Amino acid sequence: MFTRREILRAFLGLPIALAACKSASRTDAIDGRIVGASHDVGHILRDRRKFEVSADSWSDVNTVIVGGGIAGLSAAWNLKRKGFNDFLLLELEERAGGTSASGSSDLTAYPWGAHYLPVPFAQNTELVELLDEMNLVESRDASGEIVVPEQFLTRDPEERIYHKGRWYEGLYLYAGATEEDLRQYNAFYAEVGKWINWRDPEGRRAFTVPVSSCSTDAEATALDRISFAEWLRNKGFNSERLIWYCDYACRDDYGLTLGQTSAWAGLFYFCSRVPTAGEESQSFITFPEGNGRFVNHFVSRIKENLQGSSLVAEVIPGEEGAEVVYIDTKTNTARGIRAKNVIYSAPMFTAGYLIRGFNDSPPFVATEFKHNSWFVANLFLKERPKNRFERDFPLSWDNVLYDSPSLGYVTATHQKGIDYGPTVLTYYYPMAEEDTRLGMQKLLSLDWKELSDICLTDLERAHENIREATERIDIMRWGHAMISPRTGFIWGGEREKAQKPFRNIHFAHSDLSGIAIFEEAFHHGLRAAGEVLKQG
Amino acid sequence: MNRSVPLLFLNVFVVATCGLIYELLAGTLASYVLGDSVTQFSIIIGLYLFAMGVGSWLSRFIETELAERFIDIELAVAILGGVSAPLLFFAFASVSFFSIVLYGLVFGIGALVGLEIPLLMRILKDELDFKELVARVLALDYVGALVASILFPIFLVPTLGLVRTSLVFGILNGIVGLWGTWLLTPLLRPGRIVFLRIKGVFVITLLVIGAIKADSLTVLAEESLFQETIIHAQSSRYQRIVVTRGRTGFSLFLNGNLQFSSFDEYRYHEALVHPAMIAFEGDPKRVLVLGGGDGLAVREVLKYPSVEHVTLVDLDPAITSLATDLPVLAELNKNSLKDKRVTVVNSDAYVWLDRTDASGFDVAIIDFPDPNNFALGKLYSTRFYKMLRSKLRPDSTVAIQSTSPLYARNSYWCIVETLEASGFNVKPYQTTVPSFGIWGYVLAKGSEFETPGEIPADITLAFLDKDSMAGMFDFPVDTSRPDIELEINRLDNQALVRYYEAEWRRFE
Repeated sequence: MFTRREILRAFLGLPIALAACKSASRTDAIDGRIVGASHDVGHILRDRRKFEVSADSWSDVNTVIVGGGIAGLSAAWNLKRKGFNDFLLLELEERAGGTSASGSSDLTAYPWGAHYLPVPFAQNTELVELLDEMNLVESRDASGEIVVPEQFLTRDPEERIYHKGRWYEGLYLYAGATEEDLRQYNAFYAEVGKWINWRDPEGRRAFTVPVSSCSTDAEATALDRISFAEWLRNKGFNSERLIWYCDYACRDDYGLTLGQTSAWAGLFYFCSRVPTAGEESQSFITFPEGNGRFVNHFVSRIKENLQGSSLVAEVIPGEEGAEVVYIDTKTNTARGIRAKNVIYSAPMFTAGYLIRGFNDSPPFVATEFKHNSWFVANLFLKERPKNRFERDFPLSWDNVLYDSPSLGYVTATHQKGIDYGPTVLTYYYPMAEEDTRLGMQKLLSLDWKELSDICLTDLERAHENIREATERIDIMRWGHAMISPRTGFIWGGEREKAQKPFRNIHFAHSDLSGIAIFEEAFHHGLRAAGEVLKQG
Repeated sequence: MNRSVPLLFLNVFVVATCGLIYELLAGTLASYVLGDSVTQFSIIIGLYLFAMGVGSWLSRFIETELAERFIDIELAVAILGGVSAPLLFFAFASVSFFSIVLYGLVFGIGALVGLEIPLLMRILKDELDFKELVARVLALDYVGALVASILFPIFLVPTLGLVRTSLVFGILNGIVGLWGTWLLTPLLRPGRIVFLRIKGVFVITLLVIGAIKADSLTVLAEESLFQETIIHAQSSRYQRIVVTRGRTGFSLFLNGNLQFSSFDEYRYHEALVHPAMIAFEGDPKRVLVLGGGDGLAVREVLKYPSVEHVTLVDLDPAITSLATDLPVLAELNKNSLKDKRVTVVNSDAYVWLDRTDASGFDVAIIDFPDPNNFALGKLYSTRFYKMLRSKLRPDSTVAIQSTSPLYARNSYWCIVETLEASGFNVKPYQTTVPSFGIWGYVLAKGSEFETPGEIPADITLAFLDKDSMAGMFDFPVDTSRPDIELEINRLDNQALVRYYEAEWRRFE
């Protein structure tokens, strides 16, 4: 369909494509496949087929949770620990986890998506309770903030960046920065510092986690009406490496470019995890399997209430509760549940397809919740990727390529202290397209070989031995990876409307924050579970 | 043709010089890497002269196209002689049949050089009387040999080194071959001249590239790095291992860093092992040694008759094999790693501690390389020391090699404070190891303890006695705990690697 050069050009840019096309694309010796994420079954929903449930396939459960990502799992975890047992979590995939899914090999576990959690502040009590339960809190410091055991914090060397043949420490490219570059970098952090210390008349911060605790003061929320690119321009920032740094931050956290991201979301990234201006940002809690560790913990607590391979086809709200129709994708039979409450923890854009009567008088505009696509590749290496120069900064946890539209890769063995021999690298590529649907189509049109070639060609620039060292590449295509905090979305009104229940359906998803991070999903999961508990 | 004759004699001179250079190179290199220079030079000179004889005899089979063959041989010598030194260094480091490569190469070069003079004489035979010809050719041949043998030790080896000398003379040989295509034009088939010249240019280009790139060859780095004779060299999965021998004994280098010198290693290892063994109250039975794959620390441990079991964990199987297989090393460590009480595990100590069920060690001896990278830095972290503590008994003792408190004062005290932060009581100590300088260790224990004193009567030591033991625990002003607040080395800050980098960089 497309030539190799066309594909590489579309994904990596022309210079890399031209350079790469001089060499052959050797993937023959490499094993692997596309895994997970059931796009085919997922799209059954869009066809709005009617499913007949036979009379003996109905059952009664107090609460049904639709969707087993972090939000749904958190809701389930919260119900369980409050002693509430009459609920069922229906998950489309065989295993729960959503974009926090993980896999494992003989050598190590590895992430398929989200892979860290910044250490929460003590005021986020429920999240701290979760960490406590997982034995992730060692002690409290003098100011009452939690201390996480060092083996769960990202091990130094944490980050490095590749530029023109060499690896450097950190994510900001200091090497070769001019005085003006550094002045702008410091000026940028001075601006960020102002927002960190900013408080509204009620004493609320402009940016904190969860988003629902952020100030609604117009001075802060006005930032949502311009793009982060525009904000930087207005402040007179034009240093190439500062712009890159901010663009990388947007792509990394939101899968969006600088121009697509709202300035509010851009600043949220820099401000929300810093106690006061000038202090270090909160350390990251991470595991070889990334946030899969949280998924596995939740699942261990709610195993008997979790049902995988269950495609929810329709939610029919009634006078007393709702009926949930789902398809057991293993037997392909339709089943029904009569429930008092539904916690709807699937992405919000699906509400219009799944909830009967939703579109007659929509409580919120579901199509405003736009998701972008990603692909994640796990590369199984028999030996370490070689640097071109021996004295370059060594393999780190997060490894970023300056001139690549990818996000680089994370090393799964890093946290285990395995510093020699075989390893697993997790490569992230966000489709930061203007039109999200186009991005998804572009992604789904490519096969394993083509996607593998993109990631190998990208990494080959920094690691000459990557094709020889790689034995296997598994690839996950996330069609609807995470909510896009585009200009105007976060404070545009839709996500606040969606936080109110629609009849007996309680929505819970990071979509409702506009920021796809663990804390937000967790917050909404607990909120929705709380609403259900209140009703009993 | 007549006018070219004197120039052809210049050729004889160059050819003779190059020939002897290759012979000297092979002899030097062989005695350099294999040791025993008398044997090596003797064999190589004999073999080389014999090969020249074989070449001369073979020259009778060349009947036609003498000039063309001569140029071909010239270019062949250029290639073979030119790459001889780098090739031999490389072969020594990477193949087990090094002597076959060495003697094969010497014979090949010798035979080709042996072909040169008879061919040249036959080319010149129509230009001069036989009497004149023999006199001039042979005289120049021997003059060339003299020039080579004087230049080689005085100028070439000290300034160019072996690898460059070899490449430069290869280039010279190649130039003679290329030049020959002009000097011998009347004797060459017109159609062949261009082809010969292309070959010549190709050979010279190849060697010039080699000479330019010579610096990036590991072999060259080693050649200038090690002042002494290399008796063993290999690249393992983890590191470059080189053992050298000099007048005061032999030394082990990992990635170019000295690990020990047999001349004074007993000072280092006695100081590392005995304070911890003696500080343990009661008879140490189970001992854990982390790092120290050379078996020298284990040698000291095994001096205690109470020791029943030693677990040695070292990353690199190449090192622990060398400790048993390299005779000089096995002799030095008294075959410690072959002792029935010793179990050798090849693993990263961090990963091993994280996974092992083994515990209850009485004494732990930690002998890692200095923390000069992040992979090593984790072996000095609070997490590592806490994992270690969980494998020990409450009254177990630990000794840690902790770099130099003089050259890297902050690094040394950072290790001390990291141990304290991990819940150990510590007694820092230091001694002098001439090969390293002032060297630091830390003695640590879960509970309060006394500075070790009396050395058991049945333990024979070459360095430590009761007084010198006590003296190690005193720190002079320039190595004592600095006044500044030091960071604790944690996995998520690796403060130690950064201190170490900053401090040792001053001495590079």
